[in-house]
Amino acid sequence: MDQNKADHKETGEDLGASRRDFLKKSSLLTALALAPPSLVLASEKKWDEKIAAYIETVPLSIEVNGTKHTLNVEPRTTLLDLLRENLQLTGTKKGCDHGQCGACTVHVNGIRVLSCLTLASMQQNAQVTTIEGLSKGKKLHPMQEAFIKNDGFQCGYCTPGQIMSGIACIKEGHANSREEIREYMSGNICRCGAYHNIVDAIVEVKEGGKQI
Amino acid sequence: MKNFQIIKSLSTASAVSGMKKEASAMYIAGGTNLVDLMKKNIAAPEKLIDITGIDLKAISFSDKKVTIGALAKNSQVAEDASIRENFPLLSLALEAGASQQVRHMASVGGNMLQRTRCSYFYNTDMPCNKRIPKSGCGAIGGANRMHAIFGASDSCIAVHPSDMCVALAALDATVTVESTKGKRQIKFTDFHRLPGNKPEKDNTLENNELITSVEIPNNNFKKNVHYLKVRDRTSYAFALVSVAAALEIQNNTIQDVRLAMGGVAHKPWRLTEAEQFLKGKTVSDTVFKQAAELAMRDARGYGENNFKLTLAPNAIIEALTIAASK
Repeated sequence: MDQNKADHKETGEDLGASRRDFLKKSSLLTALALAPPSLVLASEKKWDEKIAAYIETVPLSIEVNGTKHTLNVEPRTTLLDLLRENLQLTGTKKGCDHGQCGACTVHVNGIRVLSCLTLASMQQNAQVTTIEGLSKGKKLHPMQEAFIKNDGFQCGYCTPGQIMSGIACIKEGHANSREEIREYMSGNICRCGAYHNIVDAIVEVKEGGKQI
Repeated sequence: MKNFQIIKSLSTASAVSGMKKEASAMYIAGGTNLVDLMKKNIAAPEKLIDITGIDLKAISFSDKKVTIGALAKNSQVAEDASIRENFPLLSLALEAGASQQVRHMASVGGNMLQRTRCSYFYNTDMPCNKRIPKSGCGAIGGANRMHAIFGASDSCIAVHPSDMCVALAALDATVTVESTKGKRQIKFTDFHRLPGNKPEKDNTLENNELITSVEIPNNNFKKNVHYLKVRDRTSYAFALVSVAAALEIQNNTIQDVRLAMGGVAHKPWRLTEAEQFLKGKTVSDTVFKQAAELAMRDARGYGENNFKLTLAPNAIIEALTIAASK
């Protein structure tokens, strides 16, 4: 990468730090100027820093299901929470929230990842596809149709993650046998135990050869 | 999760100098372990240095070695055609680890730095010398089914959870790290450490050092290799015991051999004595059994994990047998 460009970019990114320092200093100055005992106490207890941290957000441009969003997020916001809480896309499910169940699986730049362990602030300009982005108008995606046809779920809570993972499993070239599908779908837990039918659905889409 | 600042570094130099300035900063790449630890308040950095924009993703081959960038993804390495052909043990170990989603996110450097999955380390209501030095060890005398049988101490019996690292230890890899003081190389088997009385320290990295690459010297372990992982379910579970076995066999004689185990110690556990014993021997069930006995000489159980004293040697024999039959 061009070094000058890199340096320029970094300087830009570092602005966040100086803005925070400014906030810290300015709130401290306000506290000292007003100087009633409670506010001095506040600065001693580093409340000013806590307030600065609370209002600290970073700008984020992200494309979700073809729609561009420009917003501010706290650095700690996960992609999962961004989708569900900020963008009201609640199709992606929060299961364990610790990377153990796969319910939150989405595609980032075409690759399946766990949105619960992905920091939104690290996804600048990323293209995200969620379960809501699969259908074309009222026409369901072939994998969605196959899950319905093969009874690939009971309660349905893991289903968005299973479908996102199932599509990726075929695209990656890991759906060549039932055994391989089971291995490459092992990150998606289904507590109803619909595994057999989930594999049926993936096999059907793979063998159907439709564009996915 | 405690909030933090995040800064993106686009070069190794800026990342390490940024780290030097901040006592409580941490590097972040895939985040599959760190974000989880931050959610549980086990890690609470005030600043994260996002290193994913640094150009450290390449895998390059020469006539002497392969150099794998620290930011190469686990799935990228596992499925690289030349890695599969020339270092199949590494592919097998990587594919035995985690799930495809996690492998797509996790970097090679991050895999090396993942913390133990000891349940006492993860449970902040429990004592753990690794999490809070001098607070005690809940696992000794507690629920220690997953724990170490080699090289543990009175302060910690946790195990290193990585599969990839077991293969890298077996294949004599070297880690390259960079800091504001410059570059240095660490032998892979010296990278992770035993707990001793400092279990809070998993490895020999110093202050602001950043892993930039891992090198594996070229070898002849292309055919007779196997990574056997014994676990509570067939996939997506940490190892109870795992064995990386690589054999170079000519006319039924073992010319060269590498053996390492996972799930049994605070670091990937290389079985050098068993390797020495096997060199030059004719392939047979008997020598595999003798090698396994030799490997187990210093093993000890802690109660719930006593079954590993039987499981581990059996796994060594099985891994060698499968590798030899390929």
